Formats: sequence, C-alpha cells, structure tokens
Amino acid sequence: MSTVTPVTSTPPLVADKPSAAKTAKKRLSSPWASLAAIVLGVLWTIPTFGLLVSSFRPERAIKTTGWWTFFTNPTVTLDNYRSVFGEDGGVNLAAFFVNSLIICIPSVLIPLALAALAAYAFAWIEFPGKNILFLAVFALQIVPLQVTLIPLLEIFVNVKLTGTFWTLWLSHSAFALPLAIYLLHNFMREIPAGLIEAARIDGAGHVSIFFKVMLPLLTPALAAFGIFQFLWVWNDLLVALVFAGGGDEVAPITLQLANLSGTRGTAWQLLSAGAFVSIIVPVTVFLLLQRYFVRGLLAGSVKG
Amino acid sequence: MFNTASTTPEKILQMLSALLLFAAVMGVILFIAGRFGGRKGDRVVAYLYLLPVVLLLAVGLVYPGLRTIYQSFFDAAGDAFIGFDNYGTIFSDPDQLTVLRNTVIWVVLVPFLATAIGLVYAILVDKSRFESFAKTLVFLPMAISMVAAGVIWKFMYEYRPDQGTVKQIGLVNQVIVWLGGKPIQLLIDSPLNTLLLIVVLIWIQAGFAMTILSASIKAIPDDIIEAARLDGVNAWQMFRSITLPSVQPTVVVVLTTVGIATLKVFDIVRTMTGGNFKTSVVANEFYRQTFNADNQGLGAALATLLFLLVIPIVWYNVRQLRRSEAR
Repeated sequence: MSTVTPVTSTPPLVADKPSAAKTAKKRLSSPWASLAAIVLGVLWTIPTFGLLVSSFRPERAIKTTGWWTFFTNPTVTLDNYRSVFGEDGGVNLAAFFVNSLIICIPSVLIPLALAALAAYAFAWIEFPGKNILFLAVFALQIVPLQVTLIPLLEIFVNVKLTGTFWTLWLSHSAFALPLAIYLLHNFMREIPAGLIEAARIDGAGHVSIFFKVMLPLLTPALAAFGIFQFLWVWNDLLVALVFAGGGDEVAPITLQLANLSGTRGTAWQLLSAGAFVSIIVPVTVFLLLQRYFVRGLLAGSVKG
Repeated sequence: MFNTASTTPEKILQMLSALLLFAAVMGVILFIAGRFGGRKGDRVVAYLYLLPVVLLLAVGLVYPGLRTIYQSFFDAAGDAFIGFDNYGTIFSDPDQLTVLRNTVIWVVLVPFLATAIGLVYAILVDKSRFESFAKTLVFLPMAISMVAAGVIWKFMYEYRPDQGTVKQIGLVNQVIVWLGGKPIQLLIDSPLNTLLLIVVLIWIQAGFAMTILSASIKAIPDDIIEAARLDGVNAWQMFRSITLPSVQPTVVVVLTTVGIATLKVFDIVRTMTGGNFKTSVVANEFYRQTFNADNQGLGAALATLLFLLVIPIVWYNVRQLRRSEAR
C-alpha cells in the first residue's frame, strides 16, 4: 500500500500561540499587511452581500438602480421570498427544498455506514487480496462522475428506477465511497492496535469491536465526512440534472435555481431570493460545524 | 416503494422505508459476521464487510466507466464503431478546439491564482486578532453551491445599455462607469467572458487553498522561525526561505486538488452563460453533446478525455507526496 499516503496526519488547525510567535508577529505585521487583508476580505464578501441586499429590495428597485443605492434610499420588502415560496409564482422553491433534504439524508447516511464497515475491514482484518483491493478503491477516487453517468442512467432505465429518489441515493452513495473509505481507513489506522488486541483477547468478535471500540472513537471522522458529503450532495447540479432532470418530483433546489437562471435570467427578484433560500442550509451547517468540515478537507480530497 | 413519490408525506415515507431497508441489509450482514469467530472466520467477516461496497462500486463506478470508454469509439447513436473519430473531432473541430482552449485557460489560471491568493491571505491573517473571522469570510464561498455562486456573480456582471438615464445594476459595470468607461457586455464578449467565469471559481477555491495552507503554515516549528528572526531576516526573506519551502509539499497538493476540480467545472459555465459565447469547457460540452446534441459517442469521448486528463495530475500529486514523505 505504498502509494497510499495518509494526509490525515496534517497537524492541528489551531496551533497554540507561544510568545516567540507573538513577538515575531509584531515585527511582521505592518499596516499595509492589515490593509491588504481587509481589502481581500471585503472583495470576497461583496458579491454575496450585494445579492443578499437585493433579495430584500422591491422588484422595480432591483431592476432600475444598483443595490448600493439601498444605503441612501432603503426600502425593504419580503415579497421576493414570498414569491419564490408561493405556488403561484411558478417557482415553488419549498417543494424543491424538501426534495434536497430527502435526497441528502440517505445519500449521507448510506455511504457513511458502508464505508465505516469497509474501512474497518481494510484497517484491522487480515485477508487475502487486501492490498490490491484497497489500492483499487483508492484509485477509484479519481474517476470523474461524467464517465459514469450515461451507463448508470441506462441501468436505472432498465430496472425502472428513473424519476425516483433511488437514482440519486444510489449514485451519490457509490460516488462517495472511495473517498469515504480512504478517509475513515486513515483515521482508523491511527487508533492504537493494542486496543483492538485487548478486545480480541477478551473474546470480542469483529462486530462488537466495531461497535464498542471503533465507533465511539470514530465520531469526529464520521462527522467530518458526513458534513463534507452533505455539502457535496446539497450543492450538486450535474448528478441531479442527469437523473432527476426529467420531472419536478425529485429535483433538488440547485436544479430549480439553475433552471430559473436559464429561463428567467433577468428576474433578479426571484433569483436573488432563490439563491439565498438554496444556500441557507449549507451555510448554516458550514458555520456551525466548520471545525469538522475543515478536518474533512485537510484529510485530503481528489473527489469529484 | 420504488415508484415516484410526488407529495411530501409520500417522499418522507419513501425515504424512511429506504433507510429501513438499508438498515435491514446491514443487520443481516452484521448478524452473519457475528457468527464467525477466530482467525479463520476473520476472512469471512472482512469479505462480508466489503461485499456491499464492492457491489456498489462495481455497478456504480467500474462498469459505467469502462462502458463509457467503450462507447467513445462509437458514433452519435451508439451503433457503429468508428475508432478514434470522436477523439479526432475533439482535436480538429473549431468549436471543440475552442472548448479545449478554454479548458486549458481554466486549468492554468484557477489553481495558480486561487493558491496564490489563498497563501497570501493565510500569511496576512496568520495569528492576527481577527484570524478566524477573516478566514471565515474567504472560506464561506466553499459552502455555496456553484449554481448559487453563478447567480451571485451573474448579478455582479449584469449589463445595462449605455443610454440616457439607464443606470447600471451590476457592480462591475458601475465601477467601470465610475472610472469613466462605458459599460461592457461582460458575459458576451469573448475571451473576456471566460476570464470572468474563471474569477468565480477562484472566488470559491481560494478559501480551500487558504484553509489547507494555513494549517501547514501553523505547523512550521517555532524554533525555526525564532532562529531566522535572531538572524535578522525581513518579512520577504522569511517568506522566501522559511515559509515557502516549509509549505511547498502542501502547495503541490492544493494546486493539484484545485486543478482536478477545475477540470470538471460545469455548474458555473452552465448557470452563467450556458456554454454560449465561446465559453464552453470539456465538462459542459460533455453534457451538451450527450443530452442536447444527442451525440452519445462524442459525449463519451469528452468524458473519457476528462478522465485521461485527471490521471497525470493525480500521478504527479502522488509522486510528490511520496518524495516529501521519503525526505
């Protein structure tokens, strides 16, 4: 398994700040550095902020004046949010919002459970063909989704699953596995072998070791990958377009937003509110669980 | 249970039954695995644990991947074998050459600029009082879908004709007007439009680069920094001879990871221009050829090309990682 290089051993995110570093910082920090940081931070925030402000402005105001005039001439309305949620506006985001949730929950839980079991087998059980199998799973990380979509669609047509959530649950689960197994395997290898050996001597089998010893220790890694996968699935467009593009019944919110942008590209009152409805969940998850998400990222990813 | 659910209660019911079914399958696997003990039984347990994964990967990734490669040697309808003709089209048809040119521009610009910006920002805010807040600002676009990012930036680039009392509503054109210029159709003029789409992905990926590089910067041992300090190096020398060499392996990882993500960029192009006005890239063209132009063969060839382009990047990445491990 020599080609597999664990990236999980990346050092902790927040190092403690010794006084040496602080004095170093003092000499380095110039007002110019701070200014540059502020400029970059502002530049990065303005695009989102502009659309957020616009989503609360009346349609006429959005279309005739820049959002920055809001501060000299503020008029606030919730009409835009009402019309993207309402059925009569033809946007009906609420239904797509539900779809996104329905798609996401199994698409996170299923690969997580499967990958945890597989990672355990790879990390702690000796069996013939282990190295070659692990290498194969690792290598599958680099397969681009595009390569798999059409044959998968044909399979779904043959087994009559098209137009159901199953297409999305199954494909997202399959796509997630290589990265999930790799990450969880790396994490499990860091657990001291003595723990497992001691449990075995006490007569515990692999099932009870998995549940009683591994799972409790594994929670942070599971959370890290869970958030990663959740954001990935919620924000996905391509898979949804291919498998759920036909009807509205199973389409996620990203798909409806993309369609809206394509067909009503100048309806900024709808687009602005719609965009914010679609990002509120991932942004909340992200802000609350940033620490875990960062850990997932640091563990290395070539997924997609 | 396997039909299309159309009302919300039906959908929730279908999800719950799917999860129950999954739990039942897992239960059976664990139950059988629990009956095997001892070193000999280990083997059985391992295969049982791996069985669902191997099945799912074989059906969901391996077979479809091979099938697509096979299909790439067939014509538009997928009936007649035409050898490498689809690949010939990709490298000779003027439209396809534009697609290739655009993809190259993306793959060159996005990783390098995103990584450079991420590195500079990580250094600038390192150990400052507002570090975590400042990082969140730049990191936040990572949580936003590329579709929503496309909408956000399309609004930034919005164009209003330069006549009479018409006011600009897109910030970029307003800035151009403030600076005394005339508003530009930013998403229509090629090749400017491709560059402006690239900005969107840089906006998203810089946060990723910053986060990974920041962790790497924090891992530089303090005594090295302190020793350099005692030698009286200035900020630039510190960057050149301490920071950069220390984070160099991480820079390679970030560059390649962002590079692979860039290769597959699709949502941004589709949302902002639909691939029109000479902005299409390979991943978008794959979708267009397969679903809109009904050219399955060419679509398959484009997908395969994407796969082929990823391999050298990953290979380089793994090689660099092994080298830095060996050190």
